[in-house]
Amino acid sequence: MARDLQKYLRVSSTLFCPGCGLRVLSNLVLRAIDELELNIDDMLFVSGIGCAAWIPSPHFNADTLHTLHGRAVAFATGAKMVNPKLKVLVISGDGDLGDIGGNHLIHAARRNIDLTVICANNQNYGMTGGQVACTTPIGALTATTTEGNVYRPMDLVRLVQAAGATYAAKYSVTQPLLLTESIKKSLGIQGFSFIEVWAPCHTQFGRRNQFANPAEMFKDLKNSCITREEAEGLSPEELEGRIITGEFCDVSNYTD
Amino acid sequence: MKEQPYNRVEKSVLPAGSYYFSGDEAVVEGALAARCGYYAGYPITPATEILERVSIRFKEVGAVFMQMEDEISSICSAIGASWAGAKAMTATSGPGFSLMMEGVGYAAITETPVVIVDIQRAGPATGQATRVGSGEIMQAKWGSHGDYQVIALSPWSVDEIYYMTISAFNLAEKYRVPVFLLADEAVGHMREKMEVREEVKLFERIKKRGAAPFGTEEASGVPPMPAFGEGEKLLVTGSTHDQYGFRKTEDSLVHEQLTSRLHNKIVNNREEIIEYEDYYLEDADVVMVCYGFTGRSSLFAVNSMRRDGKKVGMIRLKTIWPFADRMIKEVGARVKRIFVPEMNKGQVAGEIMKYASCDVISYGQTNGEIIYPSTIIEQLGRVL
Repeated sequence: MARDLQKYLRVSSTLFCPGCGLRVLSNLVLRAIDELELNIDDMLFVSGIGCAAWIPSPHFNADTLHTLHGRAVAFATGAKMVNPKLKVLVISGDGDLGDIGGNHLIHAARRNIDLTVICANNQNYGMTGGQVACTTPIGALTATTTEGNVYRPMDLVRLVQAAGATYAAKYSVTQPLLLTESIKKSLGIQGFSFIEVWAPCHTQFGRRNQFANPAEMFKDLKNSCITREEAEGLSPEELEGRIITGEFCDVSNYTD
Repeated sequence: MKEQPYNRVEKSVLPAGSYYFSGDEAVVEGALAARCGYYAGYPITPATEILERVSIRFKEVGAVFMQMEDEISSICSAIGASWAGAKAMTATSGPGFSLMMEGVGYAAITETPVVIVDIQRAGPATGQATRVGSGEIMQAKWGSHGDYQVIALSPWSVDEIYYMTISAFNLAEKYRVPVFLLADEAVGHMREKMEVREEVKLFERIKKRGAAPFGTEEASGVPPMPAFGEGEKLLVTGSTHDQYGFRKTEDSLVHEQLTSRLHNKIVNNREEIIEYEDYYLEDADVVMVCYGFTGRSSLFAVNSMRRDGKKVGMIRLKTIWPFADRMIKEVGARVKRIFVPEMNKGQVAGEIMKYASCDVISYGQTNGEIIYPSTIIEQLGRVL
């Protein structure tokens, strides 16, 4: 954690594995809050169950609600509806928000509830030992797909966009400046905003998929990510294995 | 009748007077009188009328209504609303009640006041959606995993469901616990006269700035409860936690202390919480213990049998959980038999058997219909 951001922490060290992408994401969320000069006492951090849900709880020295698996968005909806002054930020994982909590995510986007949801995507269930998730790529090895995942991964950004989100973006923790700007933007938007953040899990996912070394996993992720602008004009062959990042939907200034 | 604790008196929302309401409608008026600020629900027979009336009435007083995508999100959002400072509730029936159970455990371990109305229908599963049942007595107590305590109330009339809804909020706020209003379809759908009094006595959440929100000096105490946005930097978690909310998932002492306090804060205060009514107990040989709509048939039957000179008595449980164990033990020691008519296969009868030294005879009717007075007279007549 950057020294100037430690003032936002409740504890002196993080609980994440060395080399975990969630350390970077924790840093960037606080960087965005700091740069916006938000009063953290006016914020509420809601999370579900899983590694990413630990980003705010217990780390952030603020109001935090560490909830049930999959239900963070529902808890956040109730809190926001009775106290609209709270700036509510949901931070949880892909399994939590996409698998078990997928329905709540869709409906919060449909209702355009004024929440910011940051979904840390590590492509598997890290906390329980690396099982397949709705975001796991085809062919990837996990604790429950020992011969390779056969199902297509879900595109959560397209999902919430189709459901009616005001803002939807996808970035990786290897794009810290773009991601920080995106978080800052999402926190200023009235309505439902969603950012999928690729955050490598070498401990559970990497070690089964040729990336036991976190530095190499970060490097590979960094090389795989291209922006939407960079992707334009590339052939399907050139886009193979690439993660296209950027803002996919922003109707925050949209008027009929 | 025992007076429940209160710390605030307000004007009733409805003008004082007589009203002709269904039980479901009366729940909504009771919630408004209790100053409920948030309702989340999902349509389900026979509780839908609550949802529909809430959708109209809540906005009239500036309270929030959300029709959620399911009962899981309904209870979860109500818990979130409660921590944001509102009195919060949801209402449902059997299948929705089952879906809520994980949330009930979360409310219990985080000590979140929340009121859950269950208008019971005939189960299991979809069962008979429009018919009456009383099958969630044990589910209300044990539906979520782990050890915790709840409070469950059982109304027998429209008038009582109105006042019991207010009591449910008062108890939830006082003990920081999920409180169930375990009505049955017959009470929910029945229409009858209801009297609204001028004033309503409320219990408001205790706040104490800087106090530990999850622990007390006494082993069975109820900590004060701050809300989000008050600068208390709350750490709320469904994991085992210490008095400040820090996760202690491998500390056996903290887990024992937490689960014991969740248990004791209700069980040690049960004489304060428990309410019941009794009839003809002085010289009764056989006592009928009943609750909910069945209390009406039972009272008719007992009055009728008394006129015939039969020494029967009756106890109507208004509080199901915590269970009136001491009273049942005392009554069971001086009567010949206890007869328990109920619209399930003996869920309360089984509980009575744990405490009564006399014979306990269960009459469990699960045909989707109310138990008629004539049935009770016949069945009770056999055991006199």
